[in-house]
Amino acid sequence: MHPAPSIILFTTLSGLGYGLAAMLGLGLLDPAHIATKLAHVVALALISAGLLSSTAHLGNPQRAWRALSQWRSSWLSREGVMAIATFVPLTWSAWLAVIEGRYFWLPGLLGMAMSLFTVFCTAMIYASLKSVQAWHTRLTPACYLLFAIAGGLMIALFVAACSGAVERLLPAGALAALAAAWAVKVKWRMRMRELAPLSTQESATGLGYLGSVRLFERPHMTENYLTREMGFRVGRKHAAKLWKIAVSFGAVVPAMLLLVLMVWAQGGMAGALIAGLALAAFSAGLLAERWLFFAEARHAVMNYYGG
Amino acid sequence: MTSLPALPTPRKLGLVIDLDTCVGCHACVVNCKEWNTGGYGAALSDQDPYGAEVSGAWLNRVHSFEVVPDGEVVGEAGEARIVHFPKSCLHCENAPCVTVCPTGASYKRADDGIVLVEEDKCIGCGLCAWACPYGAREMDLAAGVMKKCTLCIDRIYNETLDEADRTPACVRTCPANARHFGDLGDPESDVSKLVAERGGIDLMPEQGTRPVNKYLPPRQRKPLSASSGLLAENTSDATGLFGWLDKMLDRI
Repeated sequence: MHPAPSIILFTTLSGLGYGLAAMLGLGLLDPAHIATKLAHVVALALISAGLLSSTAHLGNPQRAWRALSQWRSSWLSREGVMAIATFVPLTWSAWLAVIEGRYFWLPGLLGMAMSLFTVFCTAMIYASLKSVQAWHTRLTPACYLLFAIAGGLMIALFVAACSGAVERLLPAGALAALAAAWAVKVKWRMRMRELAPLSTQESATGLGYLGSVRLFERPHMTENYLTREMGFRVGRKHAAKLWKIAVSFGAVVPAMLLLVLMVWAQGGMAGALIAGLALAAFSAGLLAERWLFFAEARHAVMNYYGG
Repeated sequence: MTSLPALPTPRKLGLVIDLDTCVGCHACVVNCKEWNTGGYGAALSDQDPYGAEVSGAWLNRVHSFEVVPDGEVVGEAGEARIVHFPKSCLHCENAPCVTVCPTGASYKRADDGIVLVEEDKCIGCGLCAWACPYGAREMDLAAGVMKKCTLCIDRIYNETLDEADRTPACVRTCPANARHFGDLGDPESDVSKLVAERGGIDLMPEQGTRPVNKYLPPRQRKPLSASSGLLAENTSDATGLFGWLDKMLDRI
């Protein structure tokens, strides 16, 4: 599948934003501190930026409001509805923290649940497509949710360090979420690599009873919408390298930095620097992971295009 | 509403494509584009139409496949053959493209089962094209809306056309009579009988889409080896003038 930069940015940014919103909703951070107030604003900004970037790939973005109508059948519509509805408790929480400097469990927990459900809806858009076998598994929403939680905890840790109060629990929690996310992701990728293709050139043409089928001529000499959208190969060519980059930046580097913070629980400049580095590395790794999520996935239609 | 019709539709209009007789001339492709660029909805645009990298939206394309029986080597006397393979929307009963649509632009008609896009509602997100395993939907890059085969809905019910023309453009134009249009929900229709007689098949049945369109597989051919007598220098059955010539030339 073609990895559209707007969609990669959207899933990464909104995943981090919803993860942070969920952690803020738990009330883990001191609501009176300026860093926490800023974190509320950053969460809303990340979510909004993600949503805006997702409309960038639409052919007719001026009609995007129509996408709120088909929540009965479409995960994309459910995602849109949830994304907008979630702004209500998140804005309420943000108001309480920023203006009144306090935490209230009702919008907090509601915002957390709705944030995570929105991430789940995003993942289900992909997981519900039978035509892309690599995505069509429950492991897909599990990965998206765990990466959102791990990212949210890491931003929360950074905020806590900025406000000068790091307890061992927070880096430990972030480390556990990070480990869980990558464990599921590794399982997801192993499943993808071992998949026996559901559809083949033989089943796509119905000609398997005559022998093995090979594309002789494409319908047109040049690329078309389908081959551009579903037949992307640059990512697949460099998949091994990208995977190493994703794991190094997304897992190894932040895990080591989190360990440092766990052993040496330290707020202030030094703590914030370490937490910030962990967060930056994780975000870079996550972008590579999302790139691969699209680029490595094979679409059934390519059976008609010789690949 | 992008939920599918609850019951099987009373009629299932669709195409039957004969892979045995298709000669791969692409006339159906051209006539499809010709009719549909001026008919229902936005025109089918081309990008860089006179340049080296021309591309555009097409609702019907003909692929060509080479089929080689196991153990055969292409180019040696064997059963390898070329099969021309026209492909357009299969108007699936369980159409995955319809249920993923977030706006309600994609729908399946409850009375005849035709899958359509209401272009005024389409936001051009492209998710339906992702959901379709057959590649039946293509985005029109100029209009930013999804295009697909309408089964020439503006022909088949069009009473201002001659009766012979009330059939999809691809079917009307096929010079090899490889394309047939009718109601596949009626077991007594010509297309249903054709499917029963020739063992018509679904494409990618494992995707669970239950396509309405059926493909008639190529008929079994006389093996190439059975014709080898004609190719070898064997004149034992030559008679008449050629027999006499054969004998005379042998003597020289």
